[in-house]
Amino acid sequence: MDLNTVWFILVTILFIGFFFLEGFDYGVGILLPFLGRDNDERRAIINSIGPVWDGNEVWMITAGGALFASFPNVYATLFSGFYLALVLMLVALIMRGVAFEFRGKHESKSWRALWDWAIFTGSLLPALLWGVAVANLMRGFAIEQDMNYYGGLLPLLNPYALLGGLVFVSMFTMHGANFLVRKVTDAIVERAKKVAFTSWIIATVLTVAFVTWTFFATDILTKPGINGLIPAVLAAVTLLVTGWLIRAGESGWAFTTGSLTVVFTTIMVFAGLYPRILVSSLDPSWSLTIVNAASSPYTLKVMTIVAAIFVPIVLVYQGWTYWIFRKRIEAKSENLTY
Amino acid sequence: MDPLILSRWQFAITTIYHFFLVPLTLGLSILVAIFESRYVATGNETYKRLTKFWGKIFLINFAAGVVTGIVQEFHFGMNWSGYARFMGDIFGAPLAIEALLAFYMESTFIGLWVFGWDKLSKKVHLAAAWLVAFGSSISAFWILIANSFMQNPVGYAIENGRAVMTSFLALVTNPNLPYQFLHVLAAGISTAGFIVLGFSAWHLLRKKEGDVEFFQKAFRWAAVYALIGTVMVGLVGDAHGKFLGQTQPMKISAAEAIWENEQPAAFVVIANIDQQAQTNTFELRIPRMLSFLLYNNFEGEVEGLKELQAEAVVQYGPGNYIPSVVITFWSFRIMVGVGVLMGLLALLAVIRSKVKSLEKSRLFLKILLPAMALPYLASTFGWILTESDRQPWIVYGLQKVQDAVSPNVTTGDVLFSLILFTVLLGALVAVTGWLMYKSGTAEPTIENTTE
Repeated sequence: MDLNTVWFILVTILFIGFFFLEGFDYGVGILLPFLGRDNDERRAIINSIGPVWDGNEVWMITAGGALFASFPNVYATLFSGFYLALVLMLVALIMRGVAFEFRGKHESKSWRALWDWAIFTGSLLPALLWGVAVANLMRGFAIEQDMNYYGGLLPLLNPYALLGGLVFVSMFTMHGANFLVRKVTDAIVERAKKVAFTSWIIATVLTVAFVTWTFFATDILTKPGINGLIPAVLAAVTLLVTGWLIRAGESGWAFTTGSLTVVFTTIMVFAGLYPRILVSSLDPSWSLTIVNAASSPYTLKVMTIVAAIFVPIVLVYQGWTYWIFRKRIEAKSENLTY
Repeated sequence: MDPLILSRWQFAITTIYHFFLVPLTLGLSILVAIFESRYVATGNETYKRLTKFWGKIFLINFAAGVVTGIVQEFHFGMNWSGYARFMGDIFGAPLAIEALLAFYMESTFIGLWVFGWDKLSKKVHLAAAWLVAFGSSISAFWILIANSFMQNPVGYAIENGRAVMTSFLALVTNPNLPYQFLHVLAAGISTAGFIVLGFSAWHLLRKKEGDVEFFQKAFRWAAVYALIGTVMVGLVGDAHGKFLGQTQPMKISAAEAIWENEQPAAFVVIANIDQQAQTNTFELRIPRMLSFLLYNNFEGEVEGLKELQAEAVVQYGPGNYIPSVVITFWSFRIMVGVGVLMGLLALLAVIRSKVKSLEKSRLFLKILLPAMALPYLASTFGWILTESDRQPWIVYGLQKVQDAVSPNVTTGDVLFSLILFTVLLGALVAVTGWLMYKSGTAEPTIENTTE
């Protein structure tokens, strides 16, 4: 396998890690105001992701860094092209990023309300915007011959992309609810179970619509050679099974299959794109591919060695962290940190 | 106003905000780990309380540092896509490695450290503290590898209109790197020293029963820490200046406002600089001093900006290659002046840190309160100096700033983001400062809370 493909796969893996891990963090953040009725409950919800959310977010930063290192032209085109969307995303991430730490540092209702709001918006907006971005990647956007996109924000907010955004929001909400069912106790669990099922219904309806639209409007599922069809089928199957498991009260398995849905959806996107990364809707030959967007063979080789050593190490210690914090969080506990 | 000017302002402002937070993270993570090491080694509960008390300030600061850092990473693609395309083959690698080696480590072990007091053994918890500190330093190391390349490109070739890496080893052994990294690390150590000194002084002035011993202990540690940091900053900075004098004389001559060749070269203490006319209309000079500072002798020649400009035109083609002398000259003087003042205060703090003399030194303790601002001043002007001194280049000798900006981002786009980031991050830094003040002036708790 050539190194360009290796890096395409590695970037895919980083996005899988990002959507899987931050997916439930975003979901938990979105659910915070609805599932936490008082301060103790909200603290329990926040503490359920307290020790891990920061490490989870690093998957996004690393995915960005890896994209920069391996496909700098993609990084340049994507980040400059989606400028305003990214500004909004940054604002959301900034507010959310400090909210966890700042929320408990001052005794005041309005202070906590401010940061609860920041956690909610700071989770909802990135989930939505990532969905919008991914949908635009799938359908392609007006990249010109010089590799730049000059269209601004509005064309990116097309109905197909917005539907993609809603798919992400609903799927992450379900994912977060499944996570909370396993991580908190008492009344919050009951509420989370209900939300898990409701959001599953919404996610399923939206996903069916989105996949159908994808089938007709893009070549993600249909292009010859490698495409996203098989992972799309697997995503659909795991999503259906998830609904059944939520109904059956098998929360652990529901979280597992729901996670697999997120994983397969991400694989669908990247498999459907390969060997392109950014599709030009103006002219197929203007698309950015794993060849014309890539770093030099030497840089890819160096980075492959670095990744081969350090990605496994990261997986081991992050996995260990989840083991250490495997216990449920009680709202009445004296030992809450945030 | 065009997107270029606005993007430069945006990068400068967000970088300065980011660097309000980074040095304390660097320095305080190590000091907190030292306190916890003492606790684990001696079993003395005071050290555990010291760990938690200063750890709380560290965490507030850390959170804000992380989010301002994400803005920095995104910027390279958002506003500087020309740079990302031209330099990505080289610049992306250290950035990705920084995330892979440092960010995961910092963020994962900080979670374990904060939430793991009653879940981990003492030794494992201590290891988490050191891994957080280690992660912070590694992070600084890799981002400075990237910055060092911009300052002093090595191990590259130009192929098909872009810079490509030819030697990873050359990248990580960039001769400019040790100076930059140690200078930044030492700046972090001094910042942490002065913050701990300042808050300790605040408590010692109040003389509240029970707290005094706790803060005397903090004071003694911080005094030594601050002194080590400031001395190291000075020594490394001096060595860096000598290095630049040899390798990039334009930077030195701009920072010293030397327009004509001089042998021996005088040190210009203050000057009224006329960049247009390429001269200083007023100068206070110390004869031969610059030769001494750069070469350790009183004879060495320093090339003036005019000649360096002429040489640059020969090398790079027509253009203006002299950075803003007013900015570099004065940034340099503020940085060094503040640094020297910090060194003196740190020395006094060590001398006076005996319990008895501390009780008698109310004036000195009062001086240490506003002195908490000094490291921030020095760091800010340090970065203004180093980034301005590279102008007009974004990568020295390879790419100019004007060629690096994104062609597809409009004035309206950048104006919007510039205002938004300036206000939002400004508010964030203010809130961070306020929360640190609240935590720093709170009573140190006797037992076990991290809230």
